[in-house]
Amino acid sequence: MSSGPVSEVRGLPLRVLPGRGPLRRAVRSVGGRGSLFLVERHALVYRHTWLVFVSGVVEPLFYLLSIGVGLGKLVGSVHGPAGTPVSYAAFVAPALLASASMNGALFDSTFNVFFRLKYEKLYDAALATPMRAGDVALGEISWALLRGALYAVAFMVVMAAMGLVYSPWALAALPAAVLTGFAFAAAGMACTTYMRTWQDFEFVTLATLPMFLFSTTFYPLSVYPRPLQFVVECTPLYQSVVMLRDLTLGTVHLDLLWHAAYLAVMGLIGLLVAGRRIGKLLLR
Amino acid sequence: MTTALIRARGLTKRFGGFTAVDGVDFELNRGEAFGFLGPNGAGKSSTMRMIGCVSPPTAGELTIFGLDPVADGPAIRARLGVVPQEDSLDVELTVRENLLVYGRYFGLPRPVIRERSDRLLEFVQLADRQDDRVEPLSGGLKRRLTIARSLINEPEILLLDEPTTGLDPQARHVVWDRLFRLKQQGVTLVLTTHYMDEAEQLCDRLVVMDAGRIAAEGSPRDLIERYSTPEVLELRFDPAVHENAAEKLAAVPAQRREVLADRVLLYVADGDAALAAVRGLGLDPLTSLVRRSTLEDVFLRLTGRRLED
Ligand SMILES: Nc1ncnc2c1ncn2[C@@H]1O[C@H](COP(=O)(O)OP(=O)(O)OP(=O)(O)O)[C@@H](O)[C@H]1O
Ligand SMILES: [Mg+2]
Repeated sequence: MSSGPVSEVRGLPLRVLPGRGPLRRAVRSVGGRGSLFLVERHALVYRHTWLVFVSGVVEPLFYLLSIGVGLGKLVGSVHGPAGTPVSYAAFVAPALLASASMNGALFDSTFNVFFRLKYEKLYDAALATPMRAGDVALGEISWALLRGALYAVAFMVVMAAMGLVYSPWALAALPAAVLTGFAFAAAGMACTTYMRTWQDFEFVTLATLPMFLFSTTFYPLSVYPRPLQFVVECTPLYQSVVMLRDLTLGTVHLDLLWHAAYLAVMGLIGLLVAGRRIGKLLLR
Repeated sequence: MTTALIRARGLTKRFGGFTAVDGVDFELNRGEAFGFLGPNGAGKSSTMRMIGCVSPPTAGELTIFGLDPVADGPAIRARLGVVPQEDSLDVELTVRENLLVYGRYFGLPRPVIRERSDRLLEFVQLADRQDDRVEPLSGGLKRRLTIARSLINEPEILLLDEPTTGLDPQARHVVWDRLFRLKQQGVTLVLTTHYMDEAEQLCDRLVVMDAGRIAAEGSPRDLIERYSTPEVLELRFDPAVHENAAEKLAAVPAQRREVLADRVLLYVADGDAALAAVRGLGLDPLTSLVRRSTLEDVFLRLTGRRLED
């Protein structure tokens, strides 16, 4: 049984970083290769229960059919980002894609993470191995993001089939949807580490439902008076909606990079906080 | 420098204002089976978690393989096997998948894990349950799987926190047998227990822990010789005369006398001679038993309390 150390375990490239400053600590608390193993574990579990993916794919499609197509019959066309009229379905579809990415990512990074953290003790087991708290955070967030990406791909295929994609730029909507998933997965996991009971998850609904309804999902920003416009422009889902809408409708401009940067920063902060908190909660 | 595999000096763990481990010193060599014996709340698990690099020491010094658990946690953990007090098996997976996933956490390649899993499942006699889900398994089977899982990285040190608590006697004996074999194979064992028979069976050397401190250290035989007598006479009296009889027993020559709620223990070199002396005083116990001293007696002597309540 005892045949010496298992030395091949992991060569962390992060080791070479010099110094002990806050930067090094921050970089080290972001996970490394270990996060892949957690993703593998989830893939193994979901092989048994793949059915749960179906609802995540189907739900936004129902919205698209009922609101985009059904309601769209009454609405006709609206002014798109470039000022030219577009069909209501083409206007709503990218926003639904944005919120589908958000919800897909949040489901895993909130409910599932809470269950694994408090009840299943999954991370306690993982942290007894060479895995680090940062690996756990990055692994969970990557998994949530992959799930969000899967939903996004399915949704975009349907969008394309329904003729709601107007530009080759729409291909860039996929990474944009993944970025959305990253931002919300990371923020969701970070928040989850502060939650004590299932009731606390009401706050997630309280934050996401108004974003879904009011982040220009169903009508353009111009509907609001200026002060309200400003509030909406600050929400994270709005960034994603604008980005995805502009890409699928083909009105590309440099401002999109700001929206992307917003989501990237949000995700990075969430990732760091989640890793720190997991360490704090479990390595006592 | 030091050849000790694990070395602790003044090791301390505080939770807020509460001191769970209060400046303990111990050293552990390769190939040893080392035990922490102590009652609930003694600080056994807290010590084990510090050794397992999942709980940073509050004060004192701790090295494992000569490395610092805070700075080199992952590198140390790669060489440890851990059986925690509460099973932390992955209940969403099957028996074999548990080994696979856990092996992957160590970064082991799949073919290596597959080969080791075959051997380990055989070793803990779970080969015929390998495709079963973990959740419905009995406590004993779960414990065996946890042990198999802890061996997937072929650890140099195996940490076992109360490996048999909650198991029925038969299941305990299976676990003891497997641990004994691992010891034969040269794995260094560190275990905690509040069963004195477990400590006597498995440990070459142990420390008696109470309220965060180490009360004594030595081999089971050492400790018994140092802190107890070769034999113990246990007497049980009618509750009505229990106290009275206990007082009278002071006249019987014994190294020590322990009056418990339901029994009186006399620590003597010759139990039968002492029993004759008791009868000579005109006392008539309901039951009497002459037995060898155990670690339980050592614990009673050191702390004034019993191990298992
Ligand atoms: N995370 C924690 N926060 C606060 N107190 C703790 C924590 N972990 C342990 N303690 C306290 O430290 C003391 C020692 O606990 P520990 O689990 O080390 O004891 P033990 O010897 O393993 O006992 P048992 O036989 O019950 O497992 C206990 O009083 C316990 O309540
Ligand atoms: Mg314990």
